[in-house]
Amino acid sequence: MQPNGHQLIDGLLRGDRASLARAISFVENAAPSSMKILDAVYPRTGKAYRIGVTGPPGAGKSTLVSRLVGELWSEGKSIGVVAVDPSSPFTRGALLGDRVRFQEIPDDPRFFVRSMASRGSSGGLAFRTGEVCDLLDASGKDVLVIETVGVGQSELDGAAAVHTTVVVLVPESGDEVQAMKAGLMEIGDVFTVNKADRVGADRMARCVEEMLHLGAGGDGWKAPVVLLSALSGDSFPLFLDALRRHEDHIRKSGDFARLKIERGRAKIEEIVERERNREFWKRSEVECSFEEALAQLAGGKTTPYREAARMLDQFRREGK
Amino acid sequence: MDRPIRVLVGKVGLDGHDRGVKVVASALRDAGMEVIYTGLHQTPENVVRAAVEEDVEVVAISILSGAHMTLFPRLLELLRENGRDDILLCGGGIIPEKDRLALEKIGVGALFGPGTDTTEIVSYLEEEVKKRRAR
Ligand SMILES: Nc1nc2c(ncn2[C@@H]2O[C@H](COP(=O)(O)OP(=O)(O)O)[C@@H](O)[C@H]2O)c(=O)[nH]1
Ligand SMILES: [Mg+2]
Repeated sequence: MQPNGHQLIDGLLRGDRASLARAISFVENAAPSSMKILDAVYPRTGKAYRIGVTGPPGAGKSTLVSRLVGELWSEGKSIGVVAVDPSSPFTRGALLGDRVRFQEIPDDPRFFVRSMASRGSSGGLAFRTGEVCDLLDASGKDVLVIETVGVGQSELDGAAAVHTTVVVLVPESGDEVQAMKAGLMEIGDVFTVNKADRVGADRMARCVEEMLHLGAGGDGWKAPVVLLSALSGDSFPLFLDALRRHEDHIRKSGDFARLKIERGRAKIEEIVERERNREFWKRSEVECSFEEALAQLAGGKTTPYREAARMLDQFRREGK
Repeated sequence: MDRPIRVLVGKVGLDGHDRGVKVVASALRDAGMEVIYTGLHQTPENVVRAAVEEDVEVVAISILSGAHMTLFPRLLELLRENGRDDILLCGGGIIPEKDRLALEKIGVGALFGPGTDTTEIVSYLEEEVKKRRAR
């Protein structure tokens, strides 16, 4: 099957599963047609509510997401899930096992899951996650849930920003929490201590609460800490309630629409930077003078700083 | 650099051992592939739905329950119905020679017996996908 760009775009805007899946691959692989696809669907983005779920491996993120998705689904919402797991930096391989936890969710066109490998981008987040979310958004999903591994990287900033970030911790997360200190509150809007059925969960929740008190909440939102068991469903309604309250806060404050602008800004910066770099290195003269600089450097005749300044200078002069 | 091969690995049928499929899944990952592992007790419908959503190039299924002569043809049929008969369907299990030949005839790829060296599976997939990408 090798559909052309227009067929793919029409298909995905209609919510066709196979077209959406193919379009995601084009974007994920940064195929030549991907910019055209993203450009065409952009006006249809910005409707979905985006929830990020982060936390250490094995914390129960997928179990929680599965429960959340089941709930949203029974309310009649359509949902897209993007589950990101790290690629091996050595082999580039990845084992993407999150689907194992999504078995309960019925086979229904209102639900779409995609597993992504991080493919060498820093943090747990695949470089193209934001764009993949745009495709799901344009296909008409009401809610997007993005699961990523890690605590404390500002992974979901910029082009992949979300409306609500949920941090999933476990009774054993003490070290992670201590390391973050007052920075903890920067990384999440709703905190959960999962596996409440285990010893130490209470203490962990209190510890997180104390840390959150250290920081100063600037935007009028005080991040709640929910102690729950994603597996049994204990206290899950409290988690749902916290999510809803944050969504209200985001919609009332105008941050819902602001996020699309934020993503747009990050996108423009990224594209300009990339193309400018490409243009710079494409110039054959630059390539020659780079080789020359390396030779000089090896001979101990210059410094990287001097050579970079010289090359930039040359580029600017020739650009005129 | 070539993009990694995306392959779905799972198990259809009622038997409950996942050690074999997990060994294969890890070996494929270590060979540089992106492996979507779906777990045990999958229905053919589940598998094909996941294959479509994940846009994989290969579906590798383990069937030990003896129902291979109904399950593999059903998987092929569903892939075709979803417009994705370009996906390579292969797998493993205890499959008698005559069944294997019959399945190959209707379009199933290689079927590996239990205990097959994983390097053999890796090089088969690498070769097949290379051929298919060149088309
Ligand atoms: N005891 C206990 N185990 C849980 C709970 N939630 C999830 N798990 C288990 O933790 C393991 C990892 O769960 P998973 O959702 O895959 O974690 P992820 O890596 O963060 O996505 C699985 O075996 C789950 O069954 C819980 O509330 N209590
Ligand atoms: Mg997970």
